[in-house]
Amino acid sequence: MGFKHLINSKKTLSLFAAFVLFGTNLMAQTPAQGDAATVDKGAMWTGIAYYVLLFLVAAVCVAIVGKILRVYDLTQKMQGKKGINWNGVMGICCAIFIVAGIYGAYWSLTVQGAMKLPESASAHGGSIDDMFTTTTILTLIVFVITQICLFGFAFVYRGSDKRKAHFLPHNNTIEKVWTIIPAIVLTILVVFGFFTWQRVENSSQQKGDINIDVTGHQFAWEIRYPGADGELGSLNFRLTTAANKLGVDFKDRHSFDDLSADTLVVPVDKSIRLNIHAQDVIHSVYMPHFRLQQNAVPGLPTFFKFVPTITTAKMRMITGNANFEYLLYCNKICGSGHWNMQKVVRVVSQAEYQDWITKQKPYLSDQLRKELHVADSKPANQVSASNRLAVNN
Amino acid sequence: MSTLAVHDHGVVHHEESHEHHHKATFLNTYVFSQDHKYIAKQFLVTGIIMAFIAMSLSILFRIQLAYPEKSFPFLTTLLGHFAPNGRISADFYMSLVTIHGTIMVFFVLTAGLSGTFANLLIPLQIGARDMASPFVNMLSYWFFLMASIVMLSSFFVQSGPASGGWTIYPPLSALPKSMPGSGMGMTLWLVSMVMFIASQLMGGINYISTVLNMRTKGMDLWKMPLTVWALFLTAVLGVLSFPVLVAGVVLLIFDRSAGTSFYLSDIVLNGSVQPYEGGSPILFQHLFWFLGHPEVYIVIMPAMGLSSEVLSVNSRKPIFGYHAMVYSLIGISVLSFIVWGHHMFVTGMNPFLGGVFMITTLIIAVPSAVKTFNWLATLWRGNIRFTPAMLFAIGMVSFFISGGLTGIFLGNAALDINLHDTYFVVAHFHLVMGSAAIFGMLAGVYHWFPKMFRRMMDERLGYLHFWLTFIGAYLVFFPMHFMGLEGVPRRYYAFTEFESMKHWLTVNVFITWSAIMAGIAQLAFAYNFIHSIFWGKKTVQNPWNSNTLEWTAPIEHHHGNWIGEIPTVYRWPYDYSKPGHDEDFIPQHIPFSQTMSSNLPHDFEDNPGGLAEHTKWTDAQKANEAVK
Ligand code: HEM
Ligand SMILES: [Cu+2]
Ligand SMILES: [Cu+2]
Repeated sequence: MGFKHLINSKKTLSLFAAFVLFGTNLMAQTPAQGDAATVDKGAMWTGIAYYVLLFLVAAVCVAIVGKILRVYDLTQKMQGKKGINWNGVMGICCAIFIVAGIYGAYWSLTVQGAMKLPESASAHGGSIDDMFTTTTILTLIVFVITQICLFGFAFVYRGSDKRKAHFLPHNNTIEKVWTIIPAIVLTILVVFGFFTWQRVENSSQQKGDINIDVTGHQFAWEIRYPGADGELGSLNFRLTTAANKLGVDFKDRHSFDDLSADTLVVPVDKSIRLNIHAQDVIHSVYMPHFRLQQNAVPGLPTFFKFVPTITTAKMRMITGNANFEYLLYCNKICGSGHWNMQKVVRVVSQAEYQDWITKQKPYLSDQLRKELHVADSKPANQVSASNRLAVNN
Repeated sequence: MSTLAVHDHGVVHHEESHEHHHKATFLNTYVFSQDHKYIAKQFLVTGIIMAFIAMSLSILFRIQLAYPEKSFPFLTTLLGHFAPNGRISADFYMSLVTIHGTIMVFFVLTAGLSGTFANLLIPLQIGARDMASPFVNMLSYWFFLMASIVMLSSFFVQSGPASGGWTIYPPLSALPKSMPGSGMGMTLWLVSMVMFIASQLMGGINYISTVLNMRTKGMDLWKMPLTVWALFLTAVLGVLSFPVLVAGVVLLIFDRSAGTSFYLSDIVLNGSVQPYEGGSPILFQHLFWFLGHPEVYIVIMPAMGLSSEVLSVNSRKPIFGYHAMVYSLIGISVLSFIVWGHHMFVTGMNPFLGGVFMITTLIIAVPSAVKTFNWLATLWRGNIRFTPAMLFAIGMVSFFISGGLTGIFLGNAALDINLHDTYFVVAHFHLVMGSAAIFGMLAGVYHWFPKMFRRMMDERLGYLHFWLTFIGAYLVFFPMHFMGLEGVPRRYYAFTEFESMKHWLTVNVFITWSAIMAGIAQLAFAYNFIHSIFWGKKTVQNPWNSNTLEWTAPIEHHHGNWIGEIPTVYRWPYDYSKPGHDEDFIPQHIPFSQTMSSNLPHDFEDNPGGLAEHTKWTDAQKANEAVK
């Protein structure tokens, strides 16, 4: 029986330990390819040895301190005194932690918090920012009070042999109070949040002044503007080819004057409807400066309607950054290029927008024309001439 | 019923001859053991190993985030073609975050946490000789181990492990050509997950039936410790929600290999038109989060239960508002099934539905708040004994507050528009799950170590471990909130291509070094854990002066837990520092007749006979006083 207990946990553990070590060794043996890496192997190993040594020194220090504490503890006890009062030490550590921690949180909030996004560049974003401020204030109050209580109580009521704890199994009044107060506060937040959310989303149900198609694929965004008719041609993914990248259906007469663009340029103070598509996997249109995000889901077209309120030029002044650009990035994991799927968004004045849109290329490129044999039915000059009307307002 | 009978039969044997009726061999004692205490240790050790592996993965991707342009030759030596020229490749970065998340959430905080403590504590705290079905319980561990091995084996696949994120949204995970990790690595992920869920179900059904059917005499539901309540409700959540994930996973397997289109429609991959039609990627998200949200409570509820127990024992005070604690656990469990949509606010789900999910989500914050306040009230006017377990439990509460409060931002659909999938989310779930739940688990390990290994862990190393980890975790995750507020998306391989993100590079370096420090602190734990198993100080039977039943079982482990009769339970588990009693604890098996001086009328609410006795006794006392 005794022998069995001896091998009981030790055997299994050492086996596990061996397994783990072996496992990491195996990992290390996967064929190394980088030639560059082999060159400075020596330097590499000394580097690693250095850190291992550093760690060992630290470990030895910890061990020595531990031994000193133990010896001190024992001598105290031998002299009939009490050993180290760890309850006291830990209580004081809690007190130090809460003071340092609140200061650290304050520092982080003011220094790193100051790096947050500039004011919202869209109409609906303002109400989101207001909600954010309200929520931040409320939660910060709760955060500070509860953390101070937690570590404060830990410090004040640190154990001692002289005292007995106060037997307090429950108190219905106070329990009701702290159920109802959070319930009320949360109800307020929910109600405001609900209406803000409805406002933001319901506005996107309406038809926008300008419809723009944003399509995500691995790993870029394609942008399509409507032409003179102000309507985008319909899509059919089966029609996708190298020249017809988005699968625009040219049976739809709205398709012929559509434009493709490199940059998402929008006029300020106009309501914009982004029609969001994905071709291969899920992506997400994320434009944080406009408080705008909507997933791009293959097979499920989505949209987001917003009104940009601050031009790029003005935002450059607000941020004090002459190179500032609004960006659209992908915010849903979509493969190895996920981290670099950006598109510049530019908010410009009405005049600049009209100027810009006339310079955009037709989606129906010459190559696509050849593919579709439509060269005769729609002369090229007619398309470019109609571009000027694309602003449609 | 039959299992009960078998066990009683076993008891008789124990008493008479102290020998098992089946022969104890090496295999059935140390490998294929059916003893819940041994299975608990198997879960714990496997869970800890998985945690160390997942932590190492996080250090690897943190190195990439902090030094995106530096070359580290040792990475090539270690990882081969996954890190050519001393830099982790973008594909392998994705694999690292995916496997890190999967292992931490499922293998460490679900199986490692529930598996260990449900196995250890349910039978011991309710007074049962073992689980309802020890054999199925054993299978549960072995399925878990197989799942772990299959998951890790994907590192040895040429194309690398799964890399679509731990949420494996299709079409990315369904189309093997969409990224290398969606090939063989994803197949292994899915196979591993199916085995894992089988393990969870076998474990969960066992925990539920044990709690419901095998409590000792006197142990009614309202006398159960909060640990058992939490583990029980966790098991219920798991049994109800994991099968939905199996359904989701099986359909995904069909889409991958049988050419079906459950989740796929209108797809053009790399310019080639795919034949899929009529499916919906959103369907998978619904199925995934129908499990996924209860899953986060599966992770946190055991930690809550363990912390409640540890806080009460070490404050030498009853847990404040025991009934409210139980009702809030029940409330959280029920509500957790109707909030999953808060993960999908911006997927294109109907905005009205988003609004509904936002309401249910913010309702769930109320029971969470109640729990927090009750923990604080438990500490108030306590006589706090700072064991390492106690510190970790306090840390758990601190993280739960910090992480829970950011949940109020994220649960608000309007705010979530801009916060979804940014580092703000990363900060949120690492505080509330990666930190709070891990701390609850560590509190449990330190507290019940003597029960598991019959020896004590070193307290001073525990203190060192606590402070380094606690401070480290805050340093790692607190700044991430602000990255999120500037709109920095998560799962980005490098911030170098974005001018606006470059000013976060120094913060990333800081976070990485904090993470490395916190990681090294875990070595103190590993050393303490292993060293104490073999050479730790021998424990006494009830080292923490605790009330619960597990400390009445002998130190030496017996198959059947108690030699002789199982103790009967007379009182709730939280009679600490009861006025009128000479000691500051009264274990659950002590009858009221032995503690006349400390009984309260409240103790006899549903026991008129006892109340009559009590009144008689107090009257007699009063009469005595009067005579004096
Ligand atoms: C050493 C401590 C840890 C560090 C430094 C760390 C760091 C990170 C970072 C930076 C990410 C985001 C990566 C990206 O966006 O590309 C992440 C993801 C994640 N971590 Fe941790 N983490 C740690 C511990 C934990 C723990 C204890 C858990 C347990 C729940 C956990 C669960 C997750 C999950 C679920 C994800 C999401 C994975 C994904 O979405 O792909 N982490 N971690
Ligand atoms: Cu993308
Ligand atoms: Cu959730």
